[in-house]
Amino acid sequence: MMHLLAMDWGFVVEKMILIISIVSISLVIAMYETYAERKVAAIIQDRRGPNRAGPFGLFQPLADGLKLFMKEEIIPNTSNKMLFVLGPCLAMLTAMMTSAVIPWGDRIHFTLFGQDRYVSLQIADINIGILYIFGVVSMGVYGIMIGGWASNNKFSLLAAMRGASQVISYELPMGLSLIALLMMTGSLKMSVIMGQQLDGWYNVLYQPLGFFIFLVCAFAECNRTPFDLPEAENELNFGYHQEYSSMKLGFYLFAEYINMFISSAVMVTLFWGGYDIPFVNDTELVKNIGYNWMALLQGGTMFIKVALFIFLFMWVRWTIPRFRYDQLMNLGWKGLIPLALLNMVITAAVVLWLKK
Amino acid sequence: MVERKPMTWVERLYMWNIMKGMWITFRHIFKKKATISYPEQKRPFSPVFRGLQILNRDEEGRENCTACGLCAVACPAEAITMEGAERKKGEEHLYREEKYAAKYEINMLRCIFCGLCEEACPKDAIYLSETFAPSNYQRKGFIYGKDDLLIPHPKTNPVEYKKALGNRANKPQHEQQ
Repeated sequence: MMHLLAMDWGFVVEKMILIISIVSISLVIAMYETYAERKVAAIIQDRRGPNRAGPFGLFQPLADGLKLFMKEEIIPNTSNKMLFVLGPCLAMLTAMMTSAVIPWGDRIHFTLFGQDRYVSLQIADINIGILYIFGVVSMGVYGIMIGGWASNNKFSLLAAMRGASQVISYELPMGLSLIALLMMTGSLKMSVIMGQQLDGWYNVLYQPLGFFIFLVCAFAECNRTPFDLPEAENELNFGYHQEYSSMKLGFYLFAEYINMFISSAVMVTLFWGGYDIPFVNDTELVKNIGYNWMALLQGGTMFIKVALFIFLFMWVRWTIPRFRYDQLMNLGWKGLIPLALLNMVITAAVVLWLKK
Repeated sequence: MVERKPMTWVERLYMWNIMKGMWITFRHIFKKKATISYPEQKRPFSPVFRGLQILNRDEEGRENCTACGLCAVACPAEAITMEGAERKKGEEHLYREEKYAAKYEINMLRCIFCGLCEEACPKDAIYLSETFAPSNYQRKGFIYGKDDLLIPHPKTNPVEYKKALGNRANKPQHEQQ
């Protein structure tokens, strides 16, 4: 009991506020990703895109959300009710969980009751940060699998099977490409990997091939074109979420956009220097402007980098047609895995040679 | 015949072709938009555009139609029905000649907007205007009666009259053919 009372309750409150703000920020970003997706699609196809709801159509996501909420909720009679509801919940949950280990900025500083407090802008700086991400990401396949299976519909099941095997296949090269990175950094901790890039070279310069493999796998993990076979609207009738309606469908679609945001953030943190402001000496700058302004600048930098990656995701989606299933598997198992292994061996040799 | 050559090494890498495709879509970002913001902006009509019919009046606002039935005969879709009536004393300001159409209906769902009614009319009574894309909630709403078809009165409502007349009816008859 005394332990509980002696606990730093301020710490708990700080973390709660941080969690709530990061979750709501990623929800808002996911909302505006749907808007951006339609706008980017329109601009690439010489159209105008949504421009009716509000100035420049900025309220379009709100209108879409309202529409999804107001739709009739249909649960098929033959479906397994519990799993049918669990599917979208899991998809959403796993999408949100990954953001816990990503450093969004350095720290903010304020004085409370005459006491200096520093709040790190990373929810949990755990030792196994990257392993945690992998664990949560591979949970994401359950959302697809359970949803498709519980619908009790052969097309949904087919699509879910395709999705599951795709995600599992592409997790392997993703992991292998990161092993090469980990051999260089020597830590699984996100803040350490991030800190090495601060005012130094970005990891993408040491690991261009690793980054490329990771990028391709991120497309596959997020079920984005050219690897959106689980959805495959014109062959499988929207695939695993065919039987879903109303906000449960909304959750699936939303989870995809959150995944896109989070995987962009992971890529930025691991390979593109995270919140480091490029061409600026951060340690010098922080002495001049203080922690709070620095945190704001760093958060902004991170956001810009992430936004560029999200644009890349969309740009690729509206350029490349979907892969055929055998092409997808060929690319994964015969292309990316050997490439990742090669990258790993070369990195290992170089690391060994440099240490000697 | 499409020749299916095995992919070359560069093609099997996918990357080069993907880059080329991305460059193409990137260039499209800066191109002129093909779409317009429709209700605010409208595309110009061709001078021979054929829209919904209007029943014309003369300069004093009298109806031109004499219910001769030539338009109904000419109509290939059989969309036009009418009933004639005799002009009474004191109705001279309403109808130009002794006979007029008491009922004049065009079924817009049947109409194919060919313009043969306009060509058949000896009295310049029917024109195809520039109004298009009518919308309604019910089928019976597409059967346009006289109150839908008649042009606004040129004396009491000259602005609407001009608008309804459009560019097409303003031209002399010989130019229209």
